Amino acid sequence: MRIGVITFPGSLDDVDAARAVRLAGAEPVSLWHGDHDLKDVDAVVLPGGFSYGDYLRAGAIAARSPLMQDVVAAAHGGLPVLGICNGFQVLCEAGLLPGALTRNSHLHFRNRDQGLLVERADTAWTTAFQQGQRIVVPVKNGEGRYVAADADLDRLEGEGRVVVRYVDGNPNGSSRDIAGVTSADGRVVGLMPHPEHAVEDLTGPSTDGLGFFTSVLTAMVAA
Amino acid sequence: MHDRSADRRGVSALRRAGTLIGVSQVVVDVVLKPEISDPQGQAVLGALGRLGHTGVRSVRQGKHFVLEVDGKPDEAELRQIAETLLANPVIEDVELHLPARTTD
Repeated sequence: MRIGVITFPGSLDDVDAARAVRLAGAEPVSLWHGDHDLKDVDAVVLPGGFSYGDYLRAGAIAARSPLMQDVVAAAHGGLPVLGICNGFQVLCEAGLLPGALTRNSHLHFRNRDQGLLVERADTAWTTAFQQGQRIVVPVKNGEGRYVAADADLDRLEGEGRVVVRYVDGNPNGSSRDIAGVTSADGRVVGLMPHPEHAVEDLTGPSTDGLGFFTSVLTAMVAA
Repeated sequence: MHDRSADRRGVSALRRAGTLIGVSQVVVDVVLKPEISDPQGQAVLGALGRLGHTGVRSVRQGKHFVLEVDGKPDEAELRQIAETLLANPVIEDVELHLPARTTD
């Protein structure tokens, strides 16, 4: 199983994401934002960081990069795509996921271990969890406040598109405590917390994050 | 000795005035939709209050883009640029300001 990890100018967590892919038992494949080459990978991870220095809007420039055109086309064909933090912002800017991420309501960068409630355990990236399971992974962002029009939020809730929700405190003022959402087909998932930082006891608050990366292996076997 | 910085100042002065031959200046203002809260604007409002400017009731922070385009601006193309890249229509509104006339 080959899982691509895209590096944009300003990506920070691409190496950690590749490490998480390897620990999950897959082969990480480095992808470059400026290429038009997905290298026949079976899934793609968009890592955290500050692509293009968050110029214009977080994720806005990266979402228009050459490789993202291929990612959008492949995602519409069912390719599993995971966006973490800045990767989530890129997916929203690229139109693959609904809503937008804006400046934290308290204006502070928030960096802490965060409780999450898994509400969808049937997406390509969350089958390793149980619906209703509580997990802990780090969150670290300055522009992580998820927003969308009320009508759109109602529609997302009605369609069960909220994958993970903040518990034990909302770190950034996100609407309805939403930490991550999925596409209608459950193949594209974006979340602000960092599962790739919770894959080993030595360095993470838990190993809960590994489940995102092992889930997609199951999804690819089933597909 | 030739003063290149004077040349650059001269060009930028011409550009500011919008009189560079064959070039039009288009301004795009991007503002958060009214229903999206603006914590940065609120922080500015708080600072104004501390400075004694108690008469300011609200501050909304936005972005101001100045585009120089060749020839006569194509309004449809500029609207597309404004609405698909300069602004995120999920959270922002755009105001497009085309020049009254283009210099040829």
